[in-house]
Amino acid sequence: MSADIHAVPVRHPGRWAATAAVLVLLAMLVHTLVTNPRFQWDVVNRYFTTSAILTGLQRTLELTALAMAIGIVLGIILAVMRLSPNPLLSTTSWAYIWFFRGTPLLVQLIFWYNLAALFPKLGLGIPFGPQFVSGSANVFITTWTAALLGLGLNEGAYMAEIVRSGILSVDEGQQEAAYALGMRRMQVMRRIVLPQAMKVIIPPTGNQTIGMLKSSSLVSVIAVPELLYTAQIIYARTYQTIPLLIVASLWYLMVTSVLTMGQFYIERYFARGSSRALPPTPLEKLRRQATRFRALAAARQRERG
Amino acid sequence: MTSTGIPVCEAIGVHKRFGALEVLRGIDLTVMPSEVMCIIGPSGSGKSTFLRCVNHLTKIDAGRLSVDGHLVGYRERNGRLHELPEREIAKQRAEIGMVFQRFNLFAHMTALENVIEAPLRVRGTNRTDAIAAARRLLARVGLANKADAFPSQLSGGQQQRVAIARALAMNPKLMLFDEPTSALDPELVSEVLDVIRVLVADGLTMIVVTHEMGFARQVADQVVFMDNGVIVESGSPAAIIDNPSHERTRSFLSKVL
Repeated sequence: MSADIHAVPVRHPGRWAATAAVLVLLAMLVHTLVTNPRFQWDVVNRYFTTSAILTGLQRTLELTALAMAIGIVLGIILAVMRLSPNPLLSTTSWAYIWFFRGTPLLVQLIFWYNLAALFPKLGLGIPFGPQFVSGSANVFITTWTAALLGLGLNEGAYMAEIVRSGILSVDEGQQEAAYALGMRRMQVMRRIVLPQAMKVIIPPTGNQTIGMLKSSSLVSVIAVPELLYTAQIIYARTYQTIPLLIVASLWYLMVTSVLTMGQFYIERYFARGSSRALPPTPLEKLRRQATRFRALAAARQRERG
Repeated sequence: MTSTGIPVCEAIGVHKRFGALEVLRGIDLTVMPSEVMCIIGPSGSGKSTFLRCVNHLTKIDAGRLSVDGHLVGYRERNGRLHELPEREIAKQRAEIGMVFQRFNLFAHMTALENVIEAPLRVRGTNRTDAIAAARRLLARVGLANKADAFPSQLSGGQQQRVAIARALAMNPKLMLFDEPTSALDPELVSEVLDVIRVLVADGLTMIVVTHEMGFARQVADQVVFMDNGVIVESGSPAAIIDNPSHERTRSFLSKVL
């Protein structure tokens, strides 16, 4: 057995200089956060958990969840349509994606909000035939429905492309094997292709969800009292603009952090069967680190002892 | 071997084109119950394409192809062919097992889940029975202890044996093997061939596309040599492999034997 190498490590003066520069900048940031009274941290603290803000947060979460649900379901339907051998279906899907990705979300939201200007009455019935129920569009399309429609339908277009890329990532042999066993098209899609496509679909969907959480603040322009609009209502009254924007931002940050964590575990679940070793969870990492330290300490002890 | 009754698989003048390329140019063959047919030939000769036609993964352009007396993918009514709806095609495929060169095990399912998937979803077998049958099949291919392993945790030979168990779970009338050992390391080839030999002994009807001449000589009732989309010659293994009558067959065999 040969002896372990104990060499003098290379020095990195550049790293030290960069570290110093970053530390100075960080110190400046902390200094202004603490000493600038205009941040009004007491106001932030006072409003952070008021019921108005919490109700706004709840609406933001509901809006995000529902709009993503609409987006995902619509995205799967559009993606399957897009890959369909029927040219009408695939072209329709293509056109939908083209339109909803090609116009700004903000415009779409304002459009849905003003739908009554285009269709004063909405009804349910036989196409070109009699209607069973109908009523004023302003009753059906509340600001809430307009917000949901706007966010959900727009999301569907993006999700369609994500789902489609996921479906295309699954090896064709998987489908052939399933067809050869006598499975039907929809079964093959649901049981074989989509579960494997998930591995490719989940990471961008996580991004989309985080994006949705933040784009849901756009609905403040059509007066849906979600988190941002609630903060705006308050500071319009109190003129404490900055602290209330900080309140809203902190909540967005916290929810985003939770979503990021959730995404990690969902990705891990769908990586089943695809890689030999799953990535460790933070807890496992911590435990492994602890074991390593203990082993190292024990080794040192032995060396000395 | 001579058998009576209707052929399990019968091809009459089967043609297949991909664009301008004619891959199959009039294939005629008959496989009787319990017969083993081995198709040999150079790559690109149309062997795999023919196999894929037998369960309608590929549509034929001309000729007749029937399995168990029924046209594959079509129904004949008043002298005209009608395409079968997807449901009927799926039903036909359920009766034909297929084993692929690249295994194609469902990557997100364990070995056991791979085997029970089709009995559960296609046949509607209840879960307990399906699992019991799947465990028997996995034991039969020597993988009783790998039931909970994912395909990525199995060697190529083990994956292919699971794939065979998966096909057998549907009790197929006909098994199609598409170069089942071509993607395997040389030392893993025999474990897969041994499993297929057991199936041969059990009297399963099968068409095997293979480059394993020793195996073909040993198990085949008929050997078919294909080249360039046509059957050059066919007959007993002794006639084709040991004593070929065509120059093309001789030159092919001289390279692979």
